[in-house]
Amino acid sequence: MRKFSVLNLPKWALLWLYAFVSLAPLSIMLLNSFRTTQEMATAPLALPEDPNFSSYQKAWVTASFETYFFNSMFVTILSVFLGTAVSLLAAYVFARSKRQVFLWLEGLFLSGLLLPVFLAILPIFYLFDALGLISNLGGLILVYAALSIPFSTFILAAFFRQLPIDLEEAARIDGAGHFRTFFSILLPLVRPAIATVVVFRFVPIWNDFFYPLMLMRDRDSYTLPVGLTRFFGEYQTDWATLFAGLTIATIPLIVLFVFASKQLISGLTAGMSK
Amino acid sequence: MPLLTGALFVLPALLLFSVFILYPLSTALSYSFFGWKGTLRGEFIGLENYIKLFSTPPFDTALPNAFQHNLLLFFGAMVFQNSLGLLLAVLLHKIGRMKRLFQTMFAMPYLVSPLVVGYLWSLLLSPLFGPINLILKQVGLESWAHPWLGDPNTAIWAVVFITAWQWVGFPMLLYGAALGGIPDEVSEAAEVDGAVGTQKFRLITLPLLLPALGTVSILTFIGAMEAFPIPYAVGGSTGAPAGATDVMALMFYRTAFESGDVGSIGTSSSLAMLLFLFIFGVAIVLRYALSRSEKRLYG
Repeated sequence: MRKFSVLNLPKWALLWLYAFVSLAPLSIMLLNSFRTTQEMATAPLALPEDPNFSSYQKAWVTASFETYFFNSMFVTILSVFLGTAVSLLAAYVFARSKRQVFLWLEGLFLSGLLLPVFLAILPIFYLFDALGLISNLGGLILVYAALSIPFSTFILAAFFRQLPIDLEEAARIDGAGHFRTFFSILLPLVRPAIATVVVFRFVPIWNDFFYPLMLMRDRDSYTLPVGLTRFFGEYQTDWATLFAGLTIATIPLIVLFVFASKQLISGLTAGMSK
Repeated sequence: MPLLTGALFVLPALLLFSVFILYPLSTALSYSFFGWKGTLRGEFIGLENYIKLFSTPPFDTALPNAFQHNLLLFFGAMVFQNSLGLLLAVLLHKIGRMKRLFQTMFAMPYLVSPLVVGYLWSLLLSPLFGPINLILKQVGLESWAHPWLGDPNTAIWAVVFITAWQWVGFPMLLYGAALGGIPDEVSEAAEVDGAVGTQKFRLITLPLLLPALGTVSILTFIGAMEAFPIPYAVGGSTGAPAGATDVMALMFYRTAFESGDVGSIGTSSSLAMLLFLFIFGVAIVLRYALSRSEKRLYG
């Protein structure tokens, strides 16, 4: 099938060229985070001669990235967990019940995939204000869990529908109720779909900037993206620290990508059948 | 399954969905029909807030300016980002073992936070000691060295470019999956029938890619209309320089949170509803057009 010929050379050249375009900016970000601002001023592009970690220390401690980082971790992990849990329960019903009301509800949840729901932030802001949830990470977790429902129920219900119903019927005959069947028979079977949902929701929640910008007003409650905006105002000329901050915000995603690129790619292409 | 069990299972998701999606959407709609004094709701004023957006400064100039930039982001993405994505997908098709490696490299920027991407490129494109201008000077393209983000004429194009750099992996993966789904027999049959040169691509591959093209177009449209983090990172909340990178979501943010206008809840809500209707309406029309052309194609 694969023929190697001179004709293929431009193809490989183009592919490697674009690989360079794609990765060079991220590499510059990483490399420059180990150099000092003076080094960058004299030579904008160079390898770090004497790797310097002081920018990381400065970003992490002085610029509060430690707080932002743990806030982001806390919010992302808990909201992905909560969003996946409630979506699993709902998706099971959507896949197994033929009642009209559940079909209708599934359609309602799915419409969330096309709706620009972020535009309805103002009522959430005043709701939070009334409940004392402004600058409260718990409130942000609830919002993100709700925003995860359309995508997660879509993926999980599709997966539940592919599972043969025989297993559940056998469990029912053996005397297991719906709860037992769900937790001990079905949950282990849908693990691949859960992995896709978890990985695929982690990225946008970790990266989201819109909701915390408006809802998290107190510095101690900033997540990484909001922290970055303040930081870019205050450290404008301190390029080394800026590059270190950008790298800190990116590392968890690179780690995730290395371990879960399969789930990420399948989640991306799942949008096809939508 | 008994109704009660089903209801119990669906309840937590329905509760979250209602409180954080349904309630805010319907409330924002109602906000837009009232007059406001700070957070105090006045009387029902019908479409007055909407009319204000088109007739009162600063909205009447900011709105068309921002909207035009959103449209430019959409067309720019369709022309550059999506055709590059298609080209990369075609190049990677049937390439063998290396495919996964290239896909991973091309999709990497897609993972990074758009805010980080915006800030990173604003540093790279900096006229001071940004590496891009330095490279251009070193390779003799001195006339290309330019404060791309500082010049109002080029700033929005820089945003188009930065967005394309980040997103290109997405159409590439979708087109790649669609290409992989075309059975070998189809392209072999075309060869047997004597398809030559680009005929096979034009007459066989491209029509079969239509569903993927449709999906990519809809998602690109939604993405372009919702653009926020990259413009915020390169131009701040005012769309600097001089509104050259302003987009609808930035204008909404300013109106809602930074204007200090007593009626801001009403005006920002009506702005949100206009954008909402436009995005949802066009997305629905695009989907309908897509399913019709698919039907015509495949019978």
